[in-house]
Amino acid sequence: MATETHGAESASGMPQLDPSTYSNQIFWLVLALVAIYLLLSRVALPRIGAVLAERQGAITNDIAAAEELKLKAAEAEKAYDKALADARAEAAEITAETKASMQAELDAALAKADAEIAEQQKESAARIGEIRDSATANVEAVAKDTAEALVAHLGGQADSGQIAGVVSSKMGGR
Amino acid sequence: MADKATGEGASHAAEAAGHAAEGGSGLNIHPMDQFVVEPLFSDGPVHMFTVTNSTLWLALAVLGVALLLVVGTRGRAVVPSRVQSVAELAYGFVHKMVEDVAGKDALKFFPYIMTLFLFIAFSNMLALLPMSFSPTSQIAVTAVLGFSVFIAVTVLGFVLNGSKFLGLFWVSSAPLVLRPILAVIELISYFVRPVSHSVRLAGNIMAGHAVLKVFAGFAGALGLFSFIPILAITGIYALELLVAFIQAYVFTILTCVYLKDALHPSH
Repeated sequence: MATETHGAESASGMPQLDPSTYSNQIFWLVLALVAIYLLLSRVALPRIGAVLAERQGAITNDIAAAEELKLKAAEAEKAYDKALADARAEAAEITAETKASMQAELDAALAKADAEIAEQQKESAARIGEIRDSATANVEAVAKDTAEALVAHLGGQADSGQIAGVVSSKMGGR
Repeated sequence: MADKATGEGASHAAEAAGHAAEGGSGLNIHPMDQFVVEPLFSDGPVHMFTVTNSTLWLALAVLGVALLLVVGTRGRAVVPSRVQSVAELAYGFVHKMVEDVAGKDALKFFPYIMTLFLFIAFSNMLALLPMSFSPTSQIAVTAVLGFSVFIAVTVLGFVLNGSKFLGLFWVSSAPLVLRPILAVIELISYFVRPVSHSVRLAGNIMAGHAVLKVFAGFAGALGLFSFIPILAITGIYALELLVAFIQAYVFTILTCVYLKDALHPSH
């Protein structure tokens, strides 16, 4: 419709159909397209592609690592349970051992104490016997002296030999 | 331009709503003015290397791509920042599209397709800023894009498959009688591809922006009742945001479909 008119100034109708600007528009368009293409193919697209690939890799790696960690955690739990059971068993063993050793020590100490007591008892019994013997001898002597003194005081002629014999026989009769 | 338009108003009345309504009660709308390619730093004619408003917005699209995909990903973080995750989203979106539509062996063309997608998406989105210029509304731009895809895909098809690529037009599953007729239809549809491919994009963007401009003109003229066109503009703007993305998506996915035909021409 505007083909019969020429130049932008006579653009009654569509300025798009004015061919005098075409070479200009096409020149700058091609320049712009080349610029965008170079920006994209040299810089932007490789960079974004790398970032996306890296992210994908990171996600895959993270999922794998999470899976691995999960397995490790399960393993660790198992190991922990096992260690706990082992420790419990060991503790029970140590308790029993300790109990037994303490019992043995106690028994030994008791036996030792018993033996000491028995010895001391024996010693004491011996000393008691000694003391009694000496006491008996003393009593005999005192009784002889008393008997002599009594006889003498009653006016009799005391035969010390006779008196000793009587006292001894009396005492021995006890 | 206004005096010229009044002069030629009768002959072009049907073409532009703004011009048609000119001379009315202050309704002076030029919805197509936004598509004029103008030099930025001079008043002269537009030569091949003149820096124009088109140049500026093409450069801004490149800048946008660089900010999102290069600066946004400079952290290379395994746990991405916000911008980086958007860049990765775009990457994944197009990557998956290429892989799903055109197959795994099409992935070596992924940078080219990504270039197309990002360029169109950024141009479309930036064009929605007020006072902006939309390169993708220019048939010259979209035709370059569409015909580049067409030529690249056709050459690729013949290089990879040789004459077997012509099997694309010979529907071997159809009855023998129908095959020549189908071949003609297939051939026509094949050569219409670049036209529809480029006109679809330019048409969508141009129409949307023209409608926005027309409603904006209404808003300026209606005074107290201008809230009605403003509400309409809000709705259309939302729709245009959707269109901006969808057209980039459609262009890209059609490129993938054509690429698939070149890689696997058998039906």
